[in-house]
Amino acid sequence: MKKSQKKIVALSGGFAIGEAIRQINPDVMAVYPITPQTPIVECFAKEVAEGNADTEIIPVESEHSAMSACIGASASGARTMTASSSQGIMYMMEVLPIASAMRLPIVMAVANRAISGPINIHGDQSDAMAMREHGWIQIFSENAKEAYDNTIIAIKLAEKAMLPVSVNIDGFILSHSVENLEIIDDISVRKFVGEYRPENSLFDFKKPKTFGPVTLPNSYFEFRKQIFDAMEKSLEDFKKVAGDFSKISGGQKKYDVIETYKTKGADKIIVAIGSVCGTIKVAIDNLNKNGENVGLVKIRLFRPFPSKEVARALKLAKEVIVFDRNLNFGSQQVLAGEVGEALGSNEKIRSVVFGLGGRDVFEKDIEKVLKIKKKQYFLM
Amino acid sequence: MNKKLTENLSPGHTTCAGCPIPIVVRTVLGAIDYPKVVTNATGCMEVTTTIYPNTSWKTPYIHSAFGNVGATISGIETAYQALQKKGKIKNQKPVKFIAFGGDGGTYDIGLQALSGALERGHDFLYVCYDNGAYMNTGNQRSGATPLGADTETTPSGKESFGKNNWRKDIMSIVAAHNVPYAATANIGFLQDLKNKVKKAMEYDGPKFLLVFSPCPSLWKFPTSQTIKIAKLATETGFWPLYEIEEGHYQINHIAKEKIRIEEFYKTQGRFRHLFKRKDVDDIMDAIQRDADEKLRRLERLSSL
Repeated sequence: MKKSQKKIVALSGGFAIGEAIRQINPDVMAVYPITPQTPIVECFAKEVAEGNADTEIIPVESEHSAMSACIGASASGARTMTASSSQGIMYMMEVLPIASAMRLPIVMAVANRAISGPINIHGDQSDAMAMREHGWIQIFSENAKEAYDNTIIAIKLAEKAMLPVSVNIDGFILSHSVENLEIIDDISVRKFVGEYRPENSLFDFKKPKTFGPVTLPNSYFEFRKQIFDAMEKSLEDFKKVAGDFSKISGGQKKYDVIETYKTKGADKIIVAIGSVCGTIKVAIDNLNKNGENVGLVKIRLFRPFPSKEVARALKLAKEVIVFDRNLNFGSQQVLAGEVGEALGSNEKIRSVVFGLGGRDVFEKDIEKVLKIKKKQYFLM
Repeated sequence: MNKKLTENLSPGHTTCAGCPIPIVVRTVLGAIDYPKVVTNATGCMEVTTTIYPNTSWKTPYIHSAFGNVGATISGIETAYQALQKKGKIKNQKPVKFIAFGGDGGTYDIGLQALSGALERGHDFLYVCYDNGAYMNTGNQRSGATPLGADTETTPSGKESFGKNNWRKDIMSIVAAHNVPYAATANIGFLQDLKNKVKKAMEYDGPKFLLVFSPCPSLWKFPTSQTIKIAKLATETGFWPLYEIEEGHYQINHIAKEKIRIEEFYKTQGRFRHLFKRKDVDDIMDAIQRDADEKLRRLERLSSL
């Protein structure tokens, strides 16, 4: 087998996803602008305009129509992608669970942003959390390299699991910041993603299918249970696809559903999602140099939630500090709740809410938080 | 049942007796001699033809939500262009794309998606079966409900004579998108509907048909009277038949003798309350004046 060629390029996270989409060369892409996602669709539209991808773009008039057009295209057997953020996700919320219920492998890049109100265009993960119960696999990225890799993984994963996948990047912090990253050559990526051959399609005129029928109490439950089962199974699907991907990405550690950083023998372990993990790693290095014993569990796959893997990683920690970049009203915080569920108790968990509406978080903030003993802390 | 008649929509669907929906589907699809993909907004048509595990559709069919049929057909038609370009579709004959929506799914909640699809110029036929209210949920007013109709959300009462707004002029809205072909039709004039479908399909790009579809259950008339009432709507000038072909208006049916719209209103329970009112003549005059003005406008546009 010919080895894949790699090169180092400087790209923002948004453009890194755009580059991955160009290499995937999907059949159909629905585009609609919303900050901070817009660089993704702009980057890709330019690639199509220059003839570097032959995808058909649908420049829709809203996000509700973006996801609806994706449903129509994907049910027609086309490899279909889109991208959105925040209010866009909220606006398409009605059709998100229809995409998963039809078992359509749509891939959507999400540049995570705060949700209104008050309106705020900056990064937090409220939008992703709002779509977490709708049958979408959710992958999060720490940096531009992961955003690029996750996009390529997502296409294969979606088609294997027959579920839609969202690839999440923190708004602005990742979508707009330029980093050096290694990208793979076009041929290797195209070989990896291969051809999409759907089981059912609207263009099967010999055996015409009805998509989206009415279900009554005697069948709705079974349909929903199938989504539940597919979602459970997709955790292993992710491991398999990420394993295959590591063969073309080469030279780097295989992506797992979580990433552990210095957790071995750690007393305190932080659990977090997304770009803040980079900051936390630096803070941990500082702290551990000064005699602390802190580790990190980074959640790469949030849906399905890797409870077993998280529980195993946190088993020996005396204290678990869970960072949520979203605020859940009227109950515990989302990630804190997931981790508590994984551990079977929230006894050793402390919950920290940070970074809402794009508020910066620095290493010193992380260090400060570790000293505070509050069960629920708002890093404001 | 007639084999030809049911080649696209089989018997066994659950529409009410006297419902015009099967007439619309069978006439429209029967006039399109190509492989076709159908999409459908949430509504009576969808719930009566797709109760799992059964389906009445013999053509590929997709329903996804209420307000997005314009966007769904856009995705399907775009997928076709993409897959054809990449040589992934084996069909020799061109495929045609048809979107069905009721008036709620067209005039109201689906208007934005429809407008987007028309503006982008996708190659598809949109068919609105207009029964003048949200019938699937039990008769609530829509932008298509005529003045004076008693609906669940515009009930008549001491302080109300029913719906207190005129119908939205969806044809002008569609025409403003400069689509190649748009027409009104009526299930009481089937040959005219067939001709319009055939004519529409000769054009590339978005086509629009607004089909008058009387609902016996909630307009409250006997199920045997669907066609008669449909015909009366056009004969009274309540529902003029016209087409807009590349911007040119043409009226397709001129009533032989002038019948007042009142005669159409009298046939349906949804207007019964009006005739118990002291001001019934004023209301009927206003409705007649409005229809006359609209007809004069059509005549002016047709003479251009």
